[in-house]
Amino acid sequence: MSDTHAQTVTYVRDTMLPQSAPPSTAQGPVKWLRESLFSSIPYTILTIAAVYVIYVVLAGFLPWLLGGVWTTSNIRECREVLDGASGGCFSVLSERWNQLLFGISYPRDGYWRPTLAFVLLFVAIAPILFSAAPRKLLIVTGLYPFIAFWLIWGGSLLLPLSALLSIGAGYVVYSKLVKRSFGAGFGAGVVVAAVLWMILGLITPSLSGVLALEEVASRNMGGFMLNMILGVICVSLSLPLGIVLALGRQSSLPIIKLICVVFIEFIRGVPLITLLFVANVVLAYFLPPGTNFDLILRVIIMITMFASAYIAEVIRGGLAALPRGQYEGAESLGLDYAQSMRLIILPQALKISIPGIVNVAVGLFKDTTLVSIISMFDLVGMIRGPILASTDWNGVYWELWGFAALLFFVVCYGISQYSQWLERQLQTEHG
Amino acid sequence: MTTMSDPKQGSFRLSMLLNDTRYRSYTFQFIALILLIALMAFLGINLVRNLASAGLNISYEFLNVPAGYDVQQTLIDYNSQSSNLRAAMVGIINTLLVAFLACVTATILGVIAGVARLSKNWLVSKLMAVYVEIFRNIPVLIWILMIYTLMTAVLPAPNAFRGDNATSSMLFDAFAFTNRGVYIPAPVWGPGSMVVVATFVLSIIAAIFYRRYAVKLLFDTGKLLPMGWPTLAILVVPTLLMFFVMGRPVGLDYPALRGFNFQGGIQIGAPLIALWLALSVYTGAFIAENVRAGIQAISKGQTEAASSLGLRPKRVMNLVVLPQALRVIIPPLISQYLNITKNSSLAIAVGYADITATLGGITLNQTGRAIECVLLLMLFYLTISLSISAIMNVYNNNFSLKER
Repeated sequence: MSDTHAQTVTYVRDTMLPQSAPPSTAQGPVKWLRESLFSSIPYTILTIAAVYVIYVVLAGFLPWLLGGVWTTSNIRECREVLDGASGGCFSVLSERWNQLLFGISYPRDGYWRPTLAFVLLFVAIAPILFSAAPRKLLIVTGLYPFIAFWLIWGGSLLLPLSALLSIGAGYVVYSKLVKRSFGAGFGAGVVVAAVLWMILGLITPSLSGVLALEEVASRNMGGFMLNMILGVICVSLSLPLGIVLALGRQSSLPIIKLICVVFIEFIRGVPLITLLFVANVVLAYFLPPGTNFDLILRVIIMITMFASAYIAEVIRGGLAALPRGQYEGAESLGLDYAQSMRLIILPQALKISIPGIVNVAVGLFKDTTLVSIISMFDLVGMIRGPILASTDWNGVYWELWGFAALLFFVVCYGISQYSQWLERQLQTEHG
Repeated sequence: MTTMSDPKQGSFRLSMLLNDTRYRSYTFQFIALILLIALMAFLGINLVRNLASAGLNISYEFLNVPAGYDVQQTLIDYNSQSSNLRAAMVGIINTLLVAFLACVTATILGVIAGVARLSKNWLVSKLMAVYVEIFRNIPVLIWILMIYTLMTAVLPAPNAFRGDNATSSMLFDAFAFTNRGVYIPAPVWGPGSMVVVATFVLSIIAAIFYRRYAVKLLFDTGKLLPMGWPTLAILVVPTLLMFFVMGRPVGLDYPALRGFNFQGGIQIGAPLIALWLALSVYTGAFIAENVRAGIQAISKGQTEAASSLGLRPKRVMNLVVLPQALRVIIPPLISQYLNITKNSSLAIAVGYADITATLGGITLNQTGRAIECVLLLMLFYLTISLSISAIMNVYNNNFSLKER
C-alpha cells in the first residue's frame, strides 16, 4: 500500500534547506536598537529626550573640564589665561591641594604621615573585607589603630605602645577565662587592661621623647583627612556598641530593654546636627569642672552614639530574621546566653545585616561633612571657609564643589559596590 | 511515680544571685539600673556645679524676651521685636514647609526615576541609574551648597532685568529668577472668591462620588462608564463657570521690577529653593531605589497570571502589581519622609530660618541658653519622628499581609 502513496506524490524534498539568515531587522545591533530604544512611538520620544539631556549635560561639562587651567596661582590669572573661553580654573585644586586634603594647620613636612596611615588602612581592612586575603594580615589590622594614631597625632610611640600592651594583656586574660564564663573573662580582661594602662601611664610621661614624631593637636586636623578620620573611627567604634544595643533591645530583661529602646529611639529621632550642637556647646556642662578635651573627641563620641543607634536597628533586623529554631537549637545544646550569642546567633545575624551596616557606614561617612556647620574645617568647611573666602579664589565654585563631590562619590560608590559584591559572595542558597 | 525536682522553698542563698538563672536576671538589671542612676547623678551633679560656677541657671524666661533679629522668609507675622518663642514658631513652620514641599517633589521624582529605571528603554534606564548613583553617593550638604551657589552666584541680579537692553527677561512675564530668590505671581482673593473656592471643593466631592458610582455600576451590571474626561469636566467646568459669573474675583499679582528689586508676587528666597531642590533630588534618588525594589519584589508570576486573565498592561500595573508593590514601598517611603524632615535641619548651612537656624542658631548664640535651646530643639524633632513612627505602625498594622 505504501507505494501507491509514493506514486501520487510527485516531489518530496529529501534534504534540509540551508538556514537563511534572519531578517536584518531581527538580529544584531538593529534588533537591539529596535527592542531597547525604538520599540514604540512613546519610547522613541523618550529616547530622543534622553539623548538630548545627555547632549546638554556633556556640551556644558566637557569644554569646562577639558579646557580647564591647572597652573595659575589665583583666579585673576586664571581668567586672563582663559580669556573668555569656557574652561574651569582647576588651578585652585593644584594650588590648594594640601589644604583640601589636610587642612590649614597640619605641619607641612608631616603630610607623609596621614598619607601613610591612609595607605596602611587598605592593608589593614583587606583581611576583613576579603576572605581570600592572607590571614596573617590580621596582625596588621590589630596593630593598625595604634600605628595610625601614632602617625596622625604624633607624639611618643610609647603611648600607643602601652595602650597596645594593656589591651593585649587584657585579651590574653580574656581568652584564658572565656572557656569558663564569658562574663568572668570579659570583666577580668577589662580590669587587667585598665590596671596595666594606669601603671604604664605612670612611666610613659617621663619618656615622652622616645621615638617621637612631631605632635599635632586635634584642632589642627582638617580637610578630607578629617572626614576620613571621623568616618573610620566612628564606624569601627559604633559597630560593637551597636551589637550591644541590639542585643539589649532584644533582651528579655525589661529594664535593660527599656534603657536600650529609649537610647536608640531618642538618637534616631533627632538630627545629627543637634547632637553636634550638644558636642559643641552643651557637653562641657555635663563634665567635671576643668575637664577640657578637644572638640574632635566630643564630636567622635556624638557621631559614634548616632551611628551605633542606626547599626543597632540594622542588627536587630538581622536578629529578628533568624528562624526561632536557631535560638532554641543553641539552648538545647546547653549553651548559655553569651555562648549561644557568640557562637550561633551573632555570626548568622551579622551576615544578614552586612548590607544594612554598609548602608549606615556610607550614610555616616557622608554625614561627617556636617561638622563644617560647627566650624570644623573638614573638606566642606575648608572650601566654604578659607578657600572661597580668600581673595585669590573667591568665585571658583564649581571646580571646588565638583572636587568634593567627586571624592565623596568615589568612596561611597566604592563601598556600595563592595557591599553588593559581598552579598553575592555570602549567598549560601542555591540559584 | 514522678520525681519533683523543684528546689525546696526558702532555700535561697546569696550565691544564687549569680549562679541561678532565675535570680541572675534580677542581679544584672539591678546593676544596670545602679550604673544608669550613677551616670545620671554624675552628669547632674556636674551640671549643677558648672552652672553654679558660671552663675547660670536653667530658665525658659528667654523665650518671652524680644528676639531682636529679622527673618527673611516667614509665613506668620514676625518682626525683630517679636519674642524668641515667636521666632521658634517661625522656625517650626518653616521646617514643616520645606519638609512638606521636599516630600512632595521627592516622591514625584523618586517614583518617576524608579519606574523609569525598570523601563525596557535601555538609554532611559541607564540614565536613571546614573542619576540614582550620583545623587545617593554625594553628601546632601554638598548638594545644598551647590544649588545655593547656583541660585546666588549664577542667576542674574534684579537690575539685569532693567532697561531696554536687559540681559535677562522674565519667564512668561510672570516668573523672575534672580539671585535674590524666585518671584512668582501671588493670588489675590477679591470679594466673592470664596464662592469660587467653595464651588471647586464641591466639585472635588462630586468627582469622587461620580467615580464611586461608576465603580459600583461596573461591579453590579458590568457596564463601564468613562472615567477620565467626566472627572476632568466635573472638576473644571463648574469652577470656571462660577469664576466668570462672579466677575473674575480671583486675580494674580505679578511681580514687577520697581526700584532696585522686584515688588509684588511671592518671593521664594534662594535658601528655601536650595534646600527644597537639594532635599528633593537627594531623597528622590533613595525613593527611586525603594520604588524599584518594591516593584521587583512582586514575582513575575503575578504579572503573567494577570495577563493570562486578559488584563491589559495598564490594568496589570494598576490592579495587580501596584497594590502589592505599595505594601513594600510605603514603609521605607515614610522613613524617607522622616529623613527629609531631619535633613532639613541643614538649613542652617544656607541661612534658611528653620527651627535649627532660629532656636538652635541665632537665639542660642544671642541668649547663651545652650542647654535649654538644644533641649527644645531635640524635643521638637523627637515629637515629629515619634508621630511619624506612630503613623507608620498604624499603617503596618492595617496593611501588612494577614497570615495565619
